[in-house]
Amino acid sequence: MNKIIKYVLHDIFRNRILLAYVVLLSLSSFGLFMMNEDVSKGLSSLLTVLLIVVPLVSILFTTIYFFNSYEFIELLVAQPLKRSNILLGVYAGVGISLLAAFWIGIGLPVIIFDGTIVGWYFLLSGSLLTMVFVSLAFLASVLTRDKTQGIGIAMLLWFYFTLVFDGILLMVMFAFSDYPLEKLTIFLSCLNPVDLARIMVLLKMDISALMGYTGAVFNQFFGSSFGIIFAMSVMLVWVAFPISIALRIFKRKNL
Amino acid sequence: MKVNKKHVGIQLLPRSLSVKSLHLIKLSYTVSLSVIVVCFCFATSLAAREITVKPGTKINTLHKALQLAQNGDVIKVTASTYYVEDLLVDKSVSLIGIDNPVLDGQNKSNVLIITAPKVTIQGFVIRNSGFSNIKDKAGIRVEKGDTVNIINNRLENTCFGIYLAKVTRGTISGNIIRGINTAIQSGNGIHLWYSHHINILNNNISGQRDGIYFEFATYCTISRNLSENNHRYGLHFMFSNNDTYTFNTFRKNGSGVAVMYTKHITMTNNTFEQNWGSSSYGLLLKDISKSVISNNTFSKNTSGIYMEGTNNVKAEHNNFLNNGLAVRMLANCEKDTFLLNNFMGNTFDFTTNGSENLNYLKGNYWDKYSGYDLNRDKKGDLPYRPVCLYSQIIEKLPSAVFLLRSFMAELLDKAEKALPSMAYVNLYDNEPSMHIIQP
Repeated sequence: MNKIIKYVLHDIFRNRILLAYVVLLSLSSFGLFMMNEDVSKGLSSLLTVLLIVVPLVSILFTTIYFFNSYEFIELLVAQPLKRSNILLGVYAGVGISLLAAFWIGIGLPVIIFDGTIVGWYFLLSGSLLTMVFVSLAFLASVLTRDKTQGIGIAMLLWFYFTLVFDGILLMVMFAFSDYPLEKLTIFLSCLNPVDLARIMVLLKMDISALMGYTGAVFNQFFGSSFGIIFAMSVMLVWVAFPISIALRIFKRKNL
Repeated sequence: MKVNKKHVGIQLLPRSLSVKSLHLIKLSYTVSLSVIVVCFCFATSLAAREITVKPGTKINTLHKALQLAQNGDVIKVTASTYYVEDLLVDKSVSLIGIDNPVLDGQNKSNVLIITAPKVTIQGFVIRNSGFSNIKDKAGIRVEKGDTVNIINNRLENTCFGIYLAKVTRGTISGNIIRGINTAIQSGNGIHLWYSHHINILNNNISGQRDGIYFEFATYCTISRNLSENNHRYGLHFMFSNNDTYTFNTFRKNGSGVAVMYTKHITMTNNTFEQNWGSSSYGLLLKDISKSVISNNTFSKNTSGIYMEGTNNVKAEHNNFLNNGLAVRMLANCEKDTFLLNNFMGNTFDFTTNGSENLNYLKGNYWDKYSGYDLNRDKKGDLPYRPVCLYSQIIEKLPSAVFLLRSFMAELLDKAEKALPSMAYVNLYDNEPSMHIIQP
């Protein structure tokens, strides 16, 4: 498995797309930090990048890489290797390289300019988000054999988690606005890793005070150490769950 | 001839003088003597006697000094700790502390009570007043005084710091007031009730309930004070007309500064900052009319200004920087104007709870403005609508705050900006400035 990871890493680091991703991230983060005199302002602008660009690139890059190296995976399957080891090896390789890109592109500027506890939360939730979307990409990839279809599923997943889910949530909130929804929204937020990442960062930023009474409920929950551990473990479940389903499918799949 | 032995001088008189003339001389002598004595007494009272209080001497307590003193005297108090309780200053004297003598109230009652006019209290450390839920106990309590000067004192662990009731004319300057108690146990730093023409300058207040509290206090000036980390408000106004406050800093107070039920207030060059909390604001205006807010800076507050039931309030040349919400103006405000203010880095610039608007915005700089200026008159050609859609949604549905900063919230705002229709509020700046306004 280590050999597979090494090979995948070697393959990806020669890839120009990953380099472009690093450049994009570092440009946007350095740019935002330098444009805003206030550091925390820069971080909150960077939050948009974290919540939209990072998941999109993670899921698309992984899916495309998976289908591009399909023949390589087929070759590996022909060897006396366990299928789960093959998939996990490729997964680890892609994950490590995307995490490295994230830490170089966003991590370095955040540590240089911010360096506070908020910054670390930001980077932690960004890393978890990257892993979640790599996981989801593997699920999208094993669901089909067709590259176009795979990319389509990946795009749909991204679209669902960044936009559609929140839209549905807002509709639900409107429909049941007569009822106390605070606890329900805490539960619903667990169903979307992007929302979880956003809340984890937002509540560490000053902005939490803006949230009034309703915000106080979130703050009480996600602001406590139990809430943070809870949010992180839910994110870890979001990393583990799609890849384990992908593994099950991949094991039985007729390649 | 019988000569009074006491009048030695008479013995030296020539014997030729008659008895009658001798009697005359004697009379004039006593008269002149008594005149001199009276004159001496007058002279001393005019020159203000100086009484020094010092441990180990005959006058070793303030109480003794005050008993000896007459109006106009100066009582100098040397450095030591004096234990006093309800010390009554009922003569027009100046109490001057040399090298910061301590007046300790031993947690019993008031420390000083001033009831006379023309009293000066200067250079003391006043500490440990009593605490009570029924009586307002203070470090320095002034009742019905006139021309009171309270200068350069330090008040520590007092329930109320300086308490003025029915006082006319006075100066409270350079005092440091430090409360160390809980919100329930502490009183106000500087408390004015039914007083007028008081100047409050250069004081530094923290840890009290309200930093400065005004109730029925008129024609007062509050300037260059620092009020921070108080449990409730940095400054609290009630029913206090015609006051001015300038160049003050209000920082990190429980819920900011509140000005209520008042008219003709001038608020200029103040700084309101870092009042964060779920019900905190830089400046709360409730039922205020005919007032001016100019050249102030509001930075990093949950709400910069919160306006409720205000009318004819003019806000000019203020800076709203990095607030969660720069201005919250409820629908019952009318005829208020916002001219030439800078709005930068706020999460929301304006929110309101109604769709009708009776207020006026003009020539402000909004960093979120994305219009253009084709005719180069430095004013944007399109009006700016400071109330964004998502803030309207939160208004109707507080739990929607959960989706703040999400992609969808931003998308909704963008869509609304392109086609304003969904959450139409009749509030706009017709001539938004293209550049930051320099004062």
